[in-house]
Amino acid sequence: MKTDPKKVHTAKEFKCKAPLINGRFHPSGTSFFATAEDRTITRIDLADEKQTIYEGHESWVGGIEFTKDGGTLITSGFDDTLIWWPTTGDSPKPIRTAKAHDGWIRSLAVSPDGALLASAGNDRVVRLWKAADGSKVRELKGHKREVYSLLFHPSGEHLLSADLMGQVHQWEVATGKLVRSFDGKDLHTYNKGQDVDYGGVRSMAFNADQTQLICGGLHKGTNPLGAINEPLILRYDWENQEILKKHPAAGIRGVVWRNVFHPDGYIMAGSGGSSGGYLLFWKPDEEKPFHKFKLRDTVREMDLHPDGMQVGTVHWDRKVRINRLAAKEAKKK
Amino acid sequence: MARRQFLGGLAAGTGIAVGGLGYFAQPASAAEMLKKQKRMIVIRMAGGLSQLESWDPKPKTETGGPYRAIPTSVPGTHISELLPHTAKVMHHLSLVRSINTNNGDHGKGTYMMLTGRRRTPASEFPEIGATVAKGVDFGSSALPGHIKITASGSGNRGRDSAYLGPKYSSMSLNGGKPPANSARPSSLKDEAAERRTAFRMLANDQFALQRRTAETDAYVQSFAQAEELMAKKEIFDLSKEPKKDHDRYGDHAFGRHCLMARRLVENDIPFVQVSHSNYDTHNENFNFHHEQLGEFDRPFATLINDLVDRGLYEHTLVVVLSEFGRTPRINSRYGRDHWGKAWSVCMGGTGVQHGAVIGATNKGGTEVTDREVDCGHLFHTYLRAVGINSNKHFEIGGRRHPIADPAASPITELLA
Repeated sequence: MKTDPKKVHTAKEFKCKAPLINGRFHPSGTSFFATAEDRTITRIDLADEKQTIYEGHESWVGGIEFTKDGGTLITSGFDDTLIWWPTTGDSPKPIRTAKAHDGWIRSLAVSPDGALLASAGNDRVVRLWKAADGSKVRELKGHKREVYSLLFHPSGEHLLSADLMGQVHQWEVATGKLVRSFDGKDLHTYNKGQDVDYGGVRSMAFNADQTQLICGGLHKGTNPLGAINEPLILRYDWENQEILKKHPAAGIRGVVWRNVFHPDGYIMAGSGGSSGGYLLFWKPDEEKPFHKFKLRDTVREMDLHPDGMQVGTVHWDRKVRINRLAAKEAKKK
Repeated sequence: MARRQFLGGLAAGTGIAVGGLGYFAQPASAAEMLKKQKRMIVIRMAGGLSQLESWDPKPKTETGGPYRAIPTSVPGTHISELLPHTAKVMHHLSLVRSINTNNGDHGKGTYMMLTGRRRTPASEFPEIGATVAKGVDFGSSALPGHIKITASGSGNRGRDSAYLGPKYSSMSLNGGKPPANSARPSSLKDEAAERRTAFRMLANDQFALQRRTAETDAYVQSFAQAEELMAKKEIFDLSKEPKKDHDRYGDHAFGRHCLMARRLVENDIPFVQVSHSNYDTHNENFNFHHEQLGEFDRPFATLINDLVDRGLYEHTLVVVLSEFGRTPRINSRYGRDHWGKAWSVCMGGTGVQHGAVIGATNKGGTEVTDREVDCGHLFHTYLRAVGINSNKHFEIGGRRHPIADPAASPITELLA
């Protein structure tokens, strides 16, 4: 069934115990995992709406990934730590815990073949681990500021890491060699009056045929400390690194927390900020979004369900919202 | 008996300060004073430092945020993990965790924390820098005694000395650079400059015989300060400090400003204020505190260690303050807003206990639960610590001005 973004609506809400930070669907699509300011991860089984709490991190949880078979959840905390967990069970306990970084781990990525896990954060180092046992494979050094997001190329040959300054490094996975860098400086702001660096690449994604890369974040950060900024996505040609188009969302004060290429051919983002929460939709050849859907609370993360129809969003008001990219179904009489 | 000692004794006997002298709790000779002159450094965390990400962490609570608390060199005292270098010098510092100024306005908060009083339409009060410069002034130097190092600004004299007059108003080192126009134009030769000065002084003296006023005295003082400043402009020249010290303080503005503060107090400037900007983190509080405190931590700890190593710390009070704290509640943008009901300052050096923690807040940091204090208590405490009797008055132009708010008192258990 083809999606219809202009008919997007919130189909279901799940209330958790604390303001939420990140969220991902399980690869099977049967459950949703949300991290929260109380340091927990909540698994919501979508069929029966049962919630199961994962406790083990000493701080907030920034990264969520799954092993390829879906049997293991891997989370990263602002406590320097990676934890491997079972994805099922009523009282899940950590399978493995590893101190992996010095400071916040902001992002995780699992390689397409499921063999490698990448992690990165405030210590500016990207580390590769064997996903199966957590043993370290190598370190990738070159970022001058905090690393905000990671993405494996679908071929598995390259890893992208992106930082606060908008620098995107492309690494050769097999050797750890830095291949080239993309300049995403439009996603970085230095505010002299407040003396702060702000922005960064918050999310990256490839299109279906892997010819284009999108990097999302913010621009027009005229008052970083006051959240005066607007969402922005940069769309690059993967081959020649040219910026094909910039996709802003004028008039909305927010940041792109997550962006994806939808299988139906459009770009989609979850945005949150002082204007509230939005799902934003662009056609790749158009600068302006063709649709903006305002959610009931600011968005802090977004994930696309494997069915391409459902979009999970996590919110400050403690709710996970499941949104459908189609018209509301008529109520059964 | 030295004149100062005599006047100081007189003041102590009457309970009234005389002229510009006699504010010390324990008067001493000028020579002793020169050796032991008290100094004060204020680090102003502009915008409102979060107490939860610094001096009063509440890990694993609803309001605590993502940062953990770390142990310090004082057993039992923990501060935020954002301050690992400061944690190692905590035995040189004390914390006041129980401030309730009940104010969330930047301007009012800054005024309160720098003057020790609430702003009223009817009166203006001198800032702590002017008060300390006046109180520890022993007349041996015409250099400005009240210096503010700012990241940016006009570089002009501040209007922050109120009734104490322009002699004690701040001189701003814009971007940590030497004062503007402190080098004589090369076209003006020594002889010409001396003749010009002699003529000006002659004219001044003749004018003063008939029409001397506080204003004409201020002009004379301004010229004297400017001349001494030009003669001693090297004290503002950071290039005179060794490269290894530049490296230790860090290659950024705040590091250089801390090094400048060390250099100035080493050269007998009684008061130096360094601003670090900006902590007004309504948005992404945790990212910005990581960024700002990451810059603050090492040079601040280096400054404390250097003052100790050089024997200056026993004569110098160091205070880290803000206009208010930040809300325990984390808003939807990962921000914290303005909060004056339960927050903290850090201080150490001369006149105060080290390793102490005064007061406490509740589990979530929303209320003070022990030893509530406000800006008036802190102001009295700073002055007592640098040896100024805060219960006395300045007598200016025939009017008596209480040095600190008579309704408040020092935090006596914090004083050494």
